[in-house]
Amino acid sequence: MELTRRDALGALAAAGVAVGTSAAYLATREDGGDGSGGPATDEGENTGTERPAENPIGDHELDVLVAAAEVFYPSDLDGIEPFVTAFVRGRADDRPDHARGVADAVATLDDYARNWHDAGFATLDPEDREAALRGMAVDAADADPTGAEDERVRYYVRDELLFALYASPTGGELVGLENPQGHPGGTTSYQRGPGP
Amino acid sequence: MSQSTADRTPSERVDVCVVGSGPAGSLVAHRLAKRGHEVVVLEAGECFDRADRLERMERSIRPGHGPLSVWDMGGPRDAYSSPGDRHYPLNQARVKGVGGSTLHWQGMVMRLHESDFEVRSREGVSRDWPIDYEDLRPYYAAAEDALSVSGDADNPFAPPREERFPLPGFPPSYSDSLFAEACERLGVAMHSVPNARNSEARDGESACVGYGTCDPVCPSGAKYDATRHVAKAEAAGVRVLDRVPVQRLEHDRTGERVEAAVYATPDGDTHRQRARAFVVACGGIETPRLLLLSRSETYPDGLANSSGAVGRYFMDHLFVGTGGTLDRRTRQNHVGFLTSECHQFYDDPTRGTEGTDGAVPAADADPSDLGPIKLEFFNYAGPSPVETALGSEEWGDDLLDSLRESYGNGIAMGGLVGQLPRRENYVALDPSTTDDHGNPVPEIHWSLDDRTRKTLRRANEIQERILTELGADIAWQVGPENTGPAFHHMGTTRMGTDPAESVVTPRSRTHDIENCWIAGSSTFVTGGAMNPTLTIAALSLRLADHLDEELEQN
Repeated sequence: MELTRRDALGALAAAGVAVGTSAAYLATREDGGDGSGGPATDEGENTGTERPAENPIGDHELDVLVAAAEVFYPSDLDGIEPFVTAFVRGRADDRPDHARGVADAVATLDDYARNWHDAGFATLDPEDREAALRGMAVDAADADPTGAEDERVRYYVRDELLFALYASPTGGELVGLENPQGHPGGTTSYQRGPGP
Repeated sequence: MSQSTADRTPSERVDVCVVGSGPAGSLVAHRLAKRGHEVVVLEAGECFDRADRLERMERSIRPGHGPLSVWDMGGPRDAYSSPGDRHYPLNQARVKGVGGSTLHWQGMVMRLHESDFEVRSREGVSRDWPIDYEDLRPYYAAAEDALSVSGDADNPFAPPREERFPLPGFPPSYSDSLFAEACERLGVAMHSVPNARNSEARDGESACVGYGTCDPVCPSGAKYDATRHVAKAEAAGVRVLDRVPVQRLEHDRTGERVEAAVYATPDGDTHRQRARAFVVACGGIETPRLLLLSRSETYPDGLANSSGAVGRYFMDHLFVGTGGTLDRRTRQNHVGFLTSECHQFYDDPTRGTEGTDGAVPAADADPSDLGPIKLEFFNYAGPSPVETALGSEEWGDDLLDSLRESYGNGIAMGGLVGQLPRRENYVALDPSTTDDHGNPVPEIHWSLDDRTRKTLRRANEIQERILTELGADIAWQVGPENTGPAFHHMGTTRMGTDPAESVVTPRSRTHDIENCWIAGSSTFVTGGAMNPTLTIAALSLRLADHLDEELEQN
């Protein structure tokens, strides 16, 4: 299954980001989506992909988040990089404080990887990324945006990425639910029976 | 949205001061302003920014934020005590802010039945209301219009009505169709649910877009909340002050009239808002608390409390539920509201039913031994995948496998059971604990009686019968041993004709104080088992008419 422009827009909408902003961001990307619908995309606008001065999410942070998503997301999911990039960057523009929390947690995770695996998180192979996350106890930690290192990585990295996925239509469909909680998917799907 | 101003000094020449900006206060304020009266609303909580609702929704879904954080409840401002065996989790479902607890509510809006107004006459227990269904009937219709109720007139057990609902009802869910097969075999009726939720765009808000998080937050605004009437009230000239908790009401030398509402501001000032009339609309807990806090030498037991009934007869509805799994997909958790209910066991919970291939046996009890039962067919049974994912210790393919295993086959029924008013259930002041302004916090005494327990058991029996007929593997039940409140705070300033045993008159004015009125569920004499907000709205519109008459006469 592939994550699409509709998923990124949906996840951003669920996260409180103005759709016009995120759509403009997606419109700057060749691989932004499948054009399968979703809100209007403001194709004429071009806000550019450069990080605004106040936006702490840069290419390095995105690399780490995409590398983490490749661990957290199901293995047969395509389109992870554009989805994560659109979600995280679009959200950072609207919620800079939250983005700083994400960037700090990314730095914490990256430091841990350098200390214990001798390389930045994004350059580790998937097995070592998994080992680093479990080594930090991200699997068992309680999510807490103001907590200890493992709790903040759990909140700002793991839960951030899994919220984006499983509140999106594709994430929901993986489980058999086209309109997951948190996604404004309308009022027809609840009336439909299961597919064949 | 409210244009709450930073200027929190009192207004001059005010006709009506309304304390509280939930559905009761905002409807009263709006209606009186339309009649040309000068109205000020004093709201203890803040005016929330509509743009923050998606962030609030995210807090409601993601671990790391307590449930109280969704609407910034908790802390010294909202402290309370709950002595006794049964704890009352007061802050779980109330909101202090412009719009009140409708920001959090589910949005179910049913009329009380005719029988609910006549419990004493019909069953020989409790008290009758001093007004009946016919008195409230036109106001119910007006309330449905005000709240943009979506509904279909297909409920054979509902009290009589003439008008169509303002909006068409939401169609039944797929899982409703599964229930329907079993219910038909048992002779159990299913019908639609009136929702204060736009099925089509209305009143400046869109149709429901299906976020699925109605309770505790609707990001789209399709679910009615009282900020709509706050905005209308402001457009009609009402001044709304937020973050100004009223500390007490002060009466004049005669003790016959309230002279001023004394309120605090965020910068530490205290002001007195004078008015010709005062409407207390703070909900079933804070309304009696404010009256008790307003005690004086003349009224040492609290304002408007010569009956001793202020705070007494606290009632709630009890949740009752049964659920499990089916061997089929049930398509749950697409939306956060209900589309089918059964009110067949409301007026006579002992009754049996007989269908095409089975029956619900009658209860071995006298009808007066049991209270009303409202049954609900859930559209959100079982786990929500996104919440399960966030709470899991897994990720990747393992997580997806677990989600696929846990989601898809959930099935459940819920319901409400009514509780009669009893003097030993009450809201008092706890002098040992004070809030952020040094006022004693509310102390809630709440318990269940045998009648309520029997009714919960009966509701469980019916739910079990339906789910068994459906072929469900029943996995959980909420009944007499583990029930909890529906957060419908009622009865604490009850209505009546006798000043010796009630707080407000049939017109919703206090017996003792000629210019002090009370809007809200605290005036309910009995509470039935229907969600109370439509009745709150109807009573508030009716109060506004009576208060308007008095203001015109004087």
